[in-house]
Amino acid sequence: MSCKIALVGNPNSGKTTLFNVLTGANQSVGNWPGVTVEKKEGKLKSNKEISIIDLPGIYSLSPYTLEEVVSRNYLLNEKPDCMINIVDGTNLERNLYLTTQLIELSIPVVVAVNMMDIVQKNGDIIETKKLEEAFGCPFVEISAMKSNGIDNLLNKVIQVAKKKGEKRVAIFNDSVERILAQIESSLEGKVPVNEERWYAIKLFERDEKVLSNIKIEKNILAKVEALTQELEKELDDDSESIITNERYHYITTAIKDSYVKKNREQLTLSDKIDRIVTNRILALPIFAAVMFIVYYISVTTVGTILTDFTNDTLFAEWIIPGVSGFLESINTAEWLQGLLVDGIVGGVGAVLGFVPQIFVLFILLAILEECGYMARVAFVLDRIFCRFGLSGKSFIPMLISTGCGIPGVLASRTIENERDRRITIMTTTFMPCGAKLPIIALIAGALFGGQWWVAPSAYFVGILAIIISGIMLKKTKPFRGKPSPFVMELPAYHAPLPSAVLRSMWERGWSFMKKAGTIILLSAIFIWFASGYGFVNGSFGAVEEYESSILGYIGAAIAWIFSPLGFGNAKAAVATFLGLVAKENVVTTFGILYGYTEVTENGMEIWSLLQADYSALAGYSFLVFNLLCAPCFAAIGAIHREMNSGKWTWFAILYQTGFAYVVALMIYQFGMLFTGNENVIGLVFAFIFAFIILFMLFKPYKEVHTLKTDVKM
Amino acid sequence: MATLKDAEVGQTVKVKRLKGEGAIKRRIMDMGITKGTEIYIRKVAPLGDPIELNVRGYELSLRKTDAEMIEIE
Repeated sequence: MSCKIALVGNPNSGKTTLFNVLTGANQSVGNWPGVTVEKKEGKLKSNKEISIIDLPGIYSLSPYTLEEVVSRNYLLNEKPDCMINIVDGTNLERNLYLTTQLIELSIPVVVAVNMMDIVQKNGDIIETKKLEEAFGCPFVEISAMKSNGIDNLLNKVIQVAKKKGEKRVAIFNDSVERILAQIESSLEGKVPVNEERWYAIKLFERDEKVLSNIKIEKNILAKVEALTQELEKELDDDSESIITNERYHYITTAIKDSYVKKNREQLTLSDKIDRIVTNRILALPIFAAVMFIVYYISVTTVGTILTDFTNDTLFAEWIIPGVSGFLESINTAEWLQGLLVDGIVGGVGAVLGFVPQIFVLFILLAILEECGYMARVAFVLDRIFCRFGLSGKSFIPMLISTGCGIPGVLASRTIENERDRRITIMTTTFMPCGAKLPIIALIAGALFGGQWWVAPSAYFVGILAIIISGIMLKKTKPFRGKPSPFVMELPAYHAPLPSAVLRSMWERGWSFMKKAGTIILLSAIFIWFASGYGFVNGSFGAVEEYESSILGYIGAAIAWIFSPLGFGNAKAAVATFLGLVAKENVVTTFGILYGYTEVTENGMEIWSLLQADYSALAGYSFLVFNLLCAPCFAAIGAIHREMNSGKWTWFAILYQTGFAYVVALMIYQFGMLFTGNENVIGLVFAFIFAFIILFMLFKPYKEVHTLKTDVKM
Repeated sequence: MATLKDAEVGQTVKVKRLKGEGAIKRRIMDMGITKGTEIYIRKVAPLGDPIELNVRGYELSLRKTDAEMIEIE
């Protein structure tokens, strides 16, 4: 018998652990169509005919958050054969709230009471028999962490999935039930019989998403509205509150005599840890220490060692010479060798080079998430970041981006709110990453005589760009009206499960390789082609010099665009363009264009040549443009992976490049004014841009409290 | 009218009603803050906002602006 089972439960209820126990390695991870919410599917380990869908962790089936709407639509439209509702036995009251909503759907439910090992250790007692009576569905005690009770759970699921139509319990008080019954009877024939109650409750709650999706005559709707208002008047509350209150009231009554908690008032170990970790005085130093460790391991030491090994040894010394040697030995045509070695193998190398570092970072992030610290990071930093349309958790992507923007972008995965996540993805690469340091060194050395303030100012520009962009973006059309509530659970601390940490690392790393890899590979091939081929003496073919390559022509053709920024020449344009492949290329390209086959990392050889061509002001403008503009292809690939949408990826890249252009233009034009060489037209534009930015910054903005999720049913 | 925003750390308060409407109000209710619920104010974040509460046996954090929506007795 093939059947579909949906796994539903609160965040932190152990849902993912149970999913892993049930499916083992038979999983596939993707996204729900069109949104950044992750979708996981798998086949049952013991019976491949049974597929399991892991729905996003949710607290309710309200129409307000993306995760809830996605889950609700799945349950209503796909109608799985059975739901496993996993609840945290140590936190029954709030977890059962979702249960009261699930039993209203016409899908059989089995409640899996998880973390029973901890419940028993605490000496608490849960009488599942009584709960079964109260909720009208089977309750099974399990411990996903210890794999206890899983067989029992599956037996129950198969039993229940076969026989549909369970007994229904009355959750609400008499007057609410009376009204609901009246609404139900007016819906007869309009909706499937077994879904009458669900629709009745939703209409009573005035759920807009449901209202806009069913066809019901106006007079019936008017009747429902009259009934709703009658009860609202009687109970002096709005219908949504009435329903929520009643649900919680029912749960409190139900667990009063089925859930006995021993030693209620004592502080748990988790409470004691939290007293120190989010202490008013100690919280920030502890946070700084944790961040230092994360940065030190993933960027400074282990991560870099692994990345350097992959790039400089594995690819540069072993694979590339090996492959070219082999191709030469079988007499492959030169162009094909170039395509395979420089284009494809080089491109694959560019993807794989970042993978070890990403894996290291993901292990650390998974540990922070699993143990419960990540929620505290948001708690501690929310005050600062919420003003910029960001989450407290945005700090981590930004910190990581000072090492490398790719893992930085991917680290935004831990941010729940979609608006915060998208703004973080768009702004995090403004931080100068390791590959941009040579550009800073080149400009500081060549045009500023190595003055100390140039490098710190680059970081300052990055931070300022993030703050300004955050404030502006949250007021723009795509983000306006999307509130970012901070009503967040702070889960109890617990030791992370190594298998869960490794699995999380692998899933995220693999999805980066798959999704980002394609973009990076294609771009690498394009750049290889455009920089190596062109027209010489009227005929197309391989060329030796950049100037005659396709890229050289593009550079010469677009150089004028950069004139208002002070560096309108082909060399700077080509260097900037090749910076898209990897920012390190900017300096090496300059070297090549000035006639050096190789330059040291800070480009010392060409300092005097650069001085002849650029003023310090133009150099700084060039530096700022390159710091802020679209990141390298690998980071663009990561942005595409996280945005899960071509449209959003383009929006991010265009915003970054446009912002970089505007800032560099203002720096150059105002700088020229300051030194008395002003250009009137340029200055007019600089003032216009400055005015627009100031206007956006000080434009009043109010966080809205109503949300319309733009997800299609 | 006293709201949760005015409550002191270490106090236990009882919810009278919730003001406002829409997503954030529903979210607060979904998380278990309903009429008559007892809330223990555990602490304030190091930078003064948000606050940490104990509701229905678990820890919840809330911004002060949202705490203003909750009237207490």
